[in-house]
Amino acid sequence: MKWSEMFTSSVGKKWVMALTGIFLILFLIVHVSLNACIWANDNGKMFLDGAHFMGSNIVPRILEVGLMFGFLLHIIQGIMLEFQNRSKRKKGYAVAMGNKGSKWYSRSMGLLGTLILIFLIIHLSHFWVPNRSNQGWLLGEEINLYEKMRFTFQEEWVVIVYVLGCISLAWHLLHGFQSAFRTIGVRNKKYLHLLNATGIAFSVIVPLAFALMPLSFYFGWLK
Amino acid sequence: MMDLTLKVWRQKNADDRGGFETYKVKDISSEMSFLEMFDVLNEELIREGKDPIAFDHDCREGICGACSMYINGRPHGPWHANTTCQLHMRAYKDGDTIVVEPWRANAFPVIKDLVVDRTAFDRIIQAGGYISVNTGNAVDANAMPVEKDKADAAFAAAACIGCGACVAACKNSSALLFVSAKVSHLALLPQGAPERKTRAMNMVAQMDKEGFGSCTNTGACEAVCPKEISIENIARLNREYIMAGATSDK
Repeated sequence: MKWSEMFTSSVGKKWVMALTGIFLILFLIVHVSLNACIWANDNGKMFLDGAHFMGSNIVPRILEVGLMFGFLLHIIQGIMLEFQNRSKRKKGYAVAMGNKGSKWYSRSMGLLGTLILIFLIIHLSHFWVPNRSNQGWLLGEEINLYEKMRFTFQEEWVVIVYVLGCISLAWHLLHGFQSAFRTIGVRNKKYLHLLNATGIAFSVIVPLAFALMPLSFYFGWLK
Repeated sequence: MMDLTLKVWRQKNADDRGGFETYKVKDISSEMSFLEMFDVLNEELIREGKDPIAFDHDCREGICGACSMYINGRPHGPWHANTTCQLHMRAYKDGDTIVVEPWRANAFPVIKDLVVDRTAFDRIIQAGGYISVNTGNAVDANAMPVEKDKADAAFAAAACIGCGACVAACKNSSALLFVSAKVSHLALLPQGAPERKTRAMNMVAQMDKEGFGSCTNTGACEAVCPKEISIENIARLNREYIMAGATSDK
């Protein structure tokens, strides 16, 4: 079987979604860890040092290209799969199965992913695009992202959109985390319990930490 | 005894648009099976000179996988780990309305009424769900030792009766629980070793060709499976498939 056949079959596509999903989970760990530095209460110094490293060092900048590729692959293939799968049952049921056997969020990954995509576009236009366009490739001056956050999160609607984005992410992860590992073949019962527990913890803690960031600025919890 | 209202999908043939017909059935015993209740209704339809409702059935013992009704939004009805033929009318009460539909999936086209064409499953089996054995006398049962754990897991996977409830329940019309059960059953046993790689690749390729959707691990298939086939088998198939693909010569 050629590589091209392997990754374009239905099982191969699952692997692509799972591997890019796990890659994005790793990115979330880096992102939330760095952003959590805002709570050092040092007027953003620790956070800005970290942001400067990520923005000026060649290694994270190269990884950023890989991250973009991972995002695009996960999003485009996810949308295509959603439409392909819907087309496999042209005539639907009169009585829907609903929650008899599966969780609503596991059946709504396409919808949740779309909500996250909308949030992502808004989020990138707030921070990543202005910073990168100001900075150029490597040498230009970075903008003060801490002040940018403080400014951006004064608007009530922005904070609401960010919190809703984080809620969508939480539901998406609640299915996606354990599903990704099942797809790459984790099946032993002793791992499944650990996997489910880790998935739930990750899906709650990471989006909650992200959601608390705009709230911290909006309610003035930071010195 | 109970009186019930049935809303049953009627469709003359694959080209017919089809639609629901409503029937009233009276004096149904709680000890009847769901299919026996359909037999009573069909006798009545025949007496009235009408076309009886076509539905698949064979053993009526829950082991053949022929019966295939989607009852009130659930394949094989409300009971857990149960086939339609083993569903009994004590699951319902007097005055209930029951909606009965055929399995819905492009890969399972309706032949008539509640009967769907499940030969796609046969073609998937033909693509790799077999082992090569020498002809002649049966080999001694203890000639090839099998670990107890693996024998148990293979047996649990082999319990799949190929009814298609997994496809009917899946929002993507995916057949991966069925395929993974067949692949797991043979991959776990030494007898299945010679075709292990080609089996996983060929059965997945045939499944895609038949027009089933992709699995997204929702777990609906496992919840409705009359033989309680675990989605653990799907994880095993994913691993079998990628290992087969990555280590193949082409």
